[in-house]
Amino acid sequence: MFEAIAFYLFAFLTISMFYIAVTTSQALYALSSLAAGMIFISAFFFILGADFLGAVQIVVYSGAVMALYAFGMMFFDTTRDVKEKQGNKAIILGLSVISAALIVVIVSAPIIGSNIEALYPMTEGAGNVKEVGMVLFTKYLVPFEVAAVMLLVAMIAGIVLAGKKMDLSLTLMNEQEILKMREEDKNKKVLS
Amino acid sequence: METAYFVETIIKIVVILLIFSALAGIGTYFERKVLAFMQRRLGPVNVGPFGLLQVAADGIKLFTKEDIVPTNVVGRIFKIAPVITAATAFMAAAAIPFLPSFTIFGYEVHPIVADINIGILYILGIMGVGLYGPLLGGMASANKFSLLSAARGAAIFISYEVITGLSILAPVMMVGSLSLIDFNEYQAGGITDWILWSQPVAFVLFWIAAFAETGRTPFHLIANDHEIIDGFGTEYSGMRWGLFFIGEYANMFFISFVMALIFLGGYGDGSFLGALGLLGKVAFFFFFFLWTRAAWPDVRPDQLMWLCWKVLMPIAMINIVITAIVMM
Repeated sequence: MFEAIAFYLFAFLTISMFYIAVTTSQALYALSSLAAGMIFISAFFFILGADFLGAVQIVVYSGAVMALYAFGMMFFDTTRDVKEKQGNKAIILGLSVISAALIVVIVSAPIIGSNIEALYPMTEGAGNVKEVGMVLFTKYLVPFEVAAVMLLVAMIAGIVLAGKKMDLSLTLMNEQEILKMREEDKNKKVLS
Repeated sequence: METAYFVETIIKIVVILLIFSALAGIGTYFERKVLAFMQRRLGPVNVGPFGLLQVAADGIKLFTKEDIVPTNVVGRIFKIAPVITAATAFMAAAAIPFLPSFTIFGYEVHPIVADINIGILYILGIMGVGLYGPLLGGMASANKFSLLSAARGAAIFISYEVITGLSILAPVMMVGSLSLIDFNEYQAGGITDWILWSQPVAFVLFWIAAFAETGRTPFHLIANDHEIIDGFGTEYSGMRWGLFFIGEYANMFFISFVMALIFLGGYGDGSFLGALGLLGKVAFFFFFFLWTRAAWPDVRPDQLMWLCWKVLMPIAMINIVITAIVMM
């Protein structure tokens, strides 16, 4: 009974939070309700007994939305309403209904097409973290590795974009050019 | 059975709430006395014996003060921010075993609200959410200094979380579980079994990150002292400010419990002496927070980020790799 109560409570909370995030014109309301909605979603993982994923949901999304706040702080005066440009409302409505319907079809297609069965049943006595680890490092090892490589690519790209003089390659320069560059750097430091 | 469990959980939640709200008040008394002792002052002496009733006087002041919501603030966010800080601090406490299980009137009590098997991850995640309180309070205040304080809060958040996560990973690998009770069982054999001896680096890293997590002095950036005002709390008054306060002090106690349980053996074998030992360790960690506040100045935000990303994170990574090699 508690599970049913908790499910309906958190379903209501999550949907209303995301509704606020979409409809409000106040940046701070939108960000806060987005964060709250993301954290309320973790409740569903806890109800289903997937404690680990629930905690990961909290950790990951609280950090991710924090980065959004930082951008909000940089670009807006967050205490004022944002004036949104709204074009033809009929087009917006039509497009959003079509995309919502498409998402429902895409997600439910495999359920209708082939009955999905749990191929990796719960191992007796293993904890939640161990379960995830066992599946992740056996059946889903390749997607896991690919995701790791993608994150590595993103990290290198971030370093190149943010770092200074990343367009220069020391291996392609000869000694004199490198020495000259160092001299220039020294002069700059003295000036600044 | 179901009803008994339900009632027991409710009672535990109420007891934890009451004890730690009161401890937050008493904690301020200790803070003022310890700081006064270290700075050769007297601290509170006038109200009651040894100034003990100063806590009550402060409480009455906070509760009866006029509650001001300034004109240009974003009302709802401004009002909900202190609640987030206080509520998340107590939510994190749900997975902390405060004492070994004991029997009272023939009924066995486990002093932990929910023994979920990912305890430590849950605690750190919820405590991280706690930093939303200062952030939202600062951003909604319509005050430039509050906004700056919120920006510093975001900088702390994205710096220290990596260190807490990575430093805790090595002990987790050794114990093979994320539940704080399992951590305690692993070290039940006595002082020589403490994870502190096998993971000293992780212990120091986690301790440093704990200061950033609670926003205590070397990393007290959310309320920058030399701006004289109180950072995100500038526009707050009365009990709203009090909730920020309770959240901060409750967080200090809870992180002290977590450190004692993970690295210093917790309540050991579960005897009465072990329980006293746990409380003693928590008291030491709490005292150390105050001691540091008296002894060290604040660092700058860029220094904190430099420290976290360029010094502590590589050390934590090397620690994990070495632990993994030794364990293989």
